[in-house]
Amino acid sequence: MGERRSKHLVLILAREFASNLATPTAIADDEGRLVFFNEAAEEVLGGRFADTGEVDMDEWTASFSPRTRNGDPLPPERRPARIALNERRSSHEQFRITGRDGVERDVAVTAFPLFAHEDECVGVVAIFWRE
Amino acid sequence: MRVKVWGCRGSLPTPGPETVRYGGNTSCIEVGLDDGSVLVFDAGTGIVELGGELARRDVQKVHLLLTHLHLDHLEGLRFFAPMWNPEVELNIWGPPSPVSSLRERIALSFSPPLFPIDLHDVPAQVRFLDVPREPWELDGASLYADLLMHTGPTLGYRIEADGFVLAYMPDHEPALLGITGRTRDWISGAGVAEEADVLLHDAQYSVEEYEQRIGWGHSSVDDAVLFADAVGARGLVLFHHEPRHDDQTLARLEERACELRGDRYEQPLLAREGLVVPVPTPAR
Repeated sequence: MGERRSKHLVLILAREFASNLATPTAIADDEGRLVFFNEAAEEVLGGRFADTGEVDMDEWTASFSPRTRNGDPLPPERRPARIALNERRSSHEQFRITGRDGVERDVAVTAFPLFAHEDECVGVVAIFWRE
Repeated sequence: MRVKVWGCRGSLPTPGPETVRYGGNTSCIEVGLDDGSVLVFDAGTGIVELGGELARRDVQKVHLLLTHLHLDHLEGLRFFAPMWNPEVELNIWGPPSPVSSLRERIALSFSPPLFPIDLHDVPAQVRFLDVPREPWELDGASLYADLLMHTGPTLGYRIEADGFVLAYMPDHEPALLGITGRTRDWISGAGVAEEADVLLHDAQYSVEEYEQRIGWGHSSVDDAVLFADAVGARGLVLFHHEPRHDDQTLARLEERACELRGDRYEQPLLAREGLVVPVPTPAR
C-alpha cells in the first residue's frame, strides 16, 4: 500500500472553513506546498487560485516580492507561514507586497500551524489583512 | 477474503418484525482472510452473535478494529464471547486521542454503573492499540485508515488482501465538505475508498431526510452513490441503516440506489445481517 492518497481531513476542513470566510486566508500542507487560498485572498493578491494551483509556498510568496516597509526584502525565515511550519508556532508580520495585478499593498499576516495530533502538524493557515 | 455482515443498523438496535429482512443489530462485519486470520470491524450488537460463532470455531486470535467509539459501534463488546475466554488473544485497535488512551476510553463502558465488571477483570488477553497513521500489515492483510468527516474522530478502513480491496466507512458525511466538483484528493475519505473492489458506506437517510439532518455525520443514499462514483469504487454496499426505517422503506432505498448507480458499475446492495458480500474477481 502506498503513500497517503488524499489530503488530511484537517486540511479538507480548513479549506471548507476558508471557503466560507470573508477574511483572506491561505492554506499550505506539511511539506510547505500552498494548497488553497480563498476568494477574499484573491482580491488582495490580485490573482485567482484556479490560475495558481498547488505550488511551493516559498516560491509563491516570493512572487509577490514581500518586503519591509523600508523596502528590504523579507526572507523566508521571517515570513509568518514559514515560521509557523518550521517552528510549529504562531507568527505575525507586517510587510508590503506587489500583487499579480501590479498593485502594491501593505498587509499584516498571521499564520499558525494545524495539529491533527499533538505531534502531527499537517499544515499551516495564514490569515492576512490589508493595512 | 470473505466479508460477512453481522450488524448494519445505525445508531440504535432495532429488533422486531419490521426489520427481519435487513436486521436490527448495530455495526459489525467480519473479514476472514485466506490464511485463516479473522479481522472484525466495529463492536455494535452484531458482534454478539459473531462472538458465539468464533467460539464455536475455536478462534483464539482476533483483531477488532473500531472506527470510533460511539455506542452503536461499541455496545456489543461487553457481550463478545472471546472477551470472556482466557485463551483468546484479542487486539483492539481504535482511533488515537490526545487526551486519553484507547483503553481508558473503552474502560468507561466496563465500569459501574454502566456495567458490573471492570475491564481489569476481563479474562481474555486484551491489548489496546492506536491505529497507525501510515499503512500497516496485520496478519495477511495490508491496512490503511484515515479520519473521515463524522462527528468526533472517526476512521475509515481500507483492507487489501488476497488480491482484493475492501473499504469500510460506516459513518461518513463527505457531502458536508463537498463531493461534486472536487478532485479526489479533496474529498473526505477518498484515500480509503479509491478504486476499492467493494465499498461499505454509510447511507442512513433518504435525500429528504438528509436535508433535515445536515451535519449529523451521516449520508443519504444519493450521496453514498455519488461518493462511490467519485472515488471509483466498483462495488457498493449501503450500510448503517436509519433505525426508523423498516424493511419496506429500506427496499425502496435499495431501488433508488440502483437507479442512481446506473450501468457503469455493479448494482449496489443494501447490507443485511448474514450477507456474505460478493467478492468480484480481482481486476488487478
